[in-house]
Amino acid sequence: MLDITCPWCGKRHETEFRYGGEAHIARPENPSGLSDADWADFLFMRKNTKGPFAERWCHVNGCRRWFNVIRNTASHEILATYRMGETPPKLPGGAT
Amino acid sequence: MVKYSIFSIARNALQGHRNWPEQWRSPEPKTDYDVVIIGGGGHGLATAYYLAKEHGITNVAVLEKGWLGGGNTARNTTIVRSNYLWDESAAIYEKSLQLWEGLSQDINYNVMLSQRGVLNLAHNLGDVREGVRRVNANRLNGVDAEWLDAEGVKDFCPIINISKSARHPVLGATLQRRGGVARHDSVAWGYARAADARGVDIIQNCEVTGINRNGGKVTGVETSRGTIGAKKVAIVAAGHSSVVAGMAGLRLPVESHPLQALVSEPIKPVIDCVVMSGAVHVYVSQSDKGELVMGAGVDSFNAYSQRGSFHVIEHQLGACLELFPIFSRVRMMRTWGGIVDVCPDASPILSKTPVEGLYINCGWGTGGFKATPGSGWSFAHTVAKDEPHPLNAPFSLSRFETGALIDEHGAAAVAH
Repeated sequence: MLDITCPWCGKRHETEFRYGGEAHIARPENPSGLSDADWADFLFMRKNTKGPFAERWCHVNGCRRWFNVIRNTASHEILATYRMGETPPKLPGGAT
Repeated sequence: MVKYSIFSIARNALQGHRNWPEQWRSPEPKTDYDVVIIGGGGHGLATAYYLAKEHGITNVAVLEKGWLGGGNTARNTTIVRSNYLWDESAAIYEKSLQLWEGLSQDINYNVMLSQRGVLNLAHNLGDVREGVRRVNANRLNGVDAEWLDAEGVKDFCPIINISKSARHPVLGATLQRRGGVARHDSVAWGYARAADARGVDIIQNCEVTGINRNGGKVTGVETSRGTIGAKKVAIVAAGHSSVVAGMAGLRLPVESHPLQALVSEPIKPVIDCVVMSGAVHVYVSQSDKGELVMGAGVDSFNAYSQRGSFHVIEHQLGACLELFPIFSRVRMMRTWGGIVDVCPDASPILSKTPVEGLYINCGWGTGGFKATPGSGWSFAHTVAKDEPHPLNAPFSLSRFETGALIDEHGAAAVAH
């Protein structure tokens, strides 16, 4: 089980949270100008990184707020958590 | 290859079983192959076997970064069935089941297929309607299916609790009698031995680190054992599909999650069928050794670590005890995880790619084991002929652009 540090509430068990998948996927600036391939990329294609990975979690059984986590998907180690809208912290090696 | 038969067993018994040959060679990789398959799981090995058998392409290497039977092929709950809802899925899974039915004879290896019947339980009115609909859809597609009411379920599987006061009462179930279980690592070993006998090189402990291309066309792979040239490369890497496809600059619509399973201590025979419930998240059967084999759900988060969180196991066992109070004092022996590559529509990808000579077979998610023969059989056609087979044409990578998704979340039996 993961111990996740909510940026508002502190460290809690994973069962208090809901997963939200890859972080920082920006909605296209010009939706009507997108090709089908561009839409497929936005909607379906994912980095699915092995290693440090920026992802979203929601503290559903707590403050109910969304935030970002950088977690190593190979080791489960949580490297950083930060609030929505904040710039991801710089980590050695970086997250993708 | 020594053909396995009563005579070869008797002959080797007289020699104290000391002279059985290796089941497959372990050759050094050649510098060039017609086809290189990345991934020596069931699907990769089946692809190699059918390339050799159906298409006469034998200059083939299967590259496996670990050992055969070390990945998902030996980490699943061994369930085999074909009762999927949509026409496209029913066609490929039913082809697979038909191949299963002749597989032991075909590859001269006992895969211990046991068609003991698979129940998919319904716990509420929505489940009942969905189940009856699926039975009808299956029958229209030539897939055997029956609807059982709660009493019928109890007759088929007497230890199940059908009390109306249960938290999730059993209202009925779909039954596929031809469904069942097979011995999972036999599938890897049997396909490996049969492919090897037709000339395929199976190279273990050989990790692919790069996919070489020249002008948009694939030319080979970089591996931990050197460069290997190839006219065609097929990625069949399950949980690591995104990592391998990324080596050729491809993005995939898959995410990798741990899927956990567990077995109990061996007990006397108590359950002679497979019981699955998508709603409360239980699937259970009993192995020939007497262990209860159970599957839990996928962990919500992406991971490559082959282990998941314990609360997922706890959740599955809570539901399991509600259905089978008789299991309450059985001890669990082992839990483990496999990394499953899940597509947004819970259907696989068997497809050509934008890179010429590069093919991909992935996205089987939580249900790939049952599909092993049909997947390899139809994918071999795609690799050999450089075109989709009618069975796998709907499962192209381009469906995510056209929108022709095949939503099998209902039939996948594992909620994800």
